[in-house]
Amino acid sequence: MTLPGFPNAMPLEGFIGGLLIGLAAALLLLGSGRIAGISGIAARALDLNKSSLPLLAAWLFLGGLLIGALFVNAFVAPIQSDFPSSVALLVIGGIIVGFGTRLGSGCTSGHGVCGMSRLSPRSLVATCTFIVSGMITVALANAAGWSW
Amino acid sequence: MREGLISLASGSLFGAGLAISGMMDPSRVRGFLDILGNWDPTLAFVMGGAILVMALAWLIQGRMIRPAMAGQFNLPQTRKIDRNLVMGAAMFGVGWGLAGLCPGPAIGALVVEPVSAGIFVVSMIAGMAIHRAAKL
Repeated sequence: MTLPGFPNAMPLEGFIGGLLIGLAAALLLLGSGRIAGISGIAARALDLNKSSLPLLAAWLFLGGLLIGALFVNAFVAPIQSDFPSSVALLVIGGIIVGFGTRLGSGCTSGHGVCGMSRLSPRSLVATCTFIVSGMITVALANAAGWSW
Repeated sequence: MREGLISLASGSLFGAGLAISGMMDPSRVRGFLDILGNWDPTLAFVMGGAILVMALAWLIQGRMIRPAMAGQFNLPQTRKIDRNLVMGAAMFGVGWGLAGLCPGPAIGALVVEPVSAGIFVVSMIAGMAIHRAAKL
C-alpha cells in the first residue's frame, strides 16, 4: 500500500508496526506497572540511572528488542537499514542522543509513545521539542550540504 | 521472575514492531524529519498506531489498583516542565536528526548492521555516562 504523493512511505507497515509497539508498551504497563522507555531501560541495564527496574529485567527487555528484530528479519521481511556512511555522524549523533535523552528523561518511546498517550504535559513538550529540533537539524545539515 | 518474562515479551514485541514499521532504517527516520525535502510520513503512522493502543492501555490502567504481575505501578511522578526537560529533548532531536537514530531502533538494528549500529550505541552509552558523571 502506498500513500498518494509519498511513493516511499509505508503507511500500512508503519501502522501495523506501531500497533505492535503500542502492545509492547501496554504489556509492560499493565503487566509490570512500568513505562517502556528505551533510553531509561538502556541506562538502567548499565547502572547509569536511578531505577527500581531489576537489572535482569532491563537486560531481558533489551535482549527482546534483538529477538524481535531477528524474528522479523528471518520470517516476515528482511529489515532495510540504510545507515549514514559517516562515522563522525554516528559518534557525534550517538553521544548527543545518549546525553540528551538522560537530561530530558526520555526518548521517542518513553515521551513520544507512553507519555503522549497519557497526555502528560512534560511528554507533550518533550516530543514537540525533539521533533522540531530534529527537523531543524536535518534542514540545516542539508542546507550546509553535509553528506549523510 | 514474572517481571523478567514480561520484560522479555514486551521487548520482543517492541523490536518486532520497530522492524516491521521500517523504523530500523535511519534513512527513513531521517526522511520523516526532512520536511523541506523528500518528506516520508511513515513515522507518523507508527506513532499513531502505538499511541492508539497505549491510550487504551492508560484507560485500563486507570481502573487497576496494581499491575497484573507486580506489586505496584512505578510511573513517573514529575510534573515540572523545566529547563533540563526542554534542553535534553532539544539535544536529543539534534542527534536524532544527524544520525537518523533514536535508542530503540539503534539497539534493534544491531542485528542487521552490527558495525554502524554498534558505533552509535557505544557512543550513546558514552553520552549517558557523561550525563551521569556530570550529575545534572
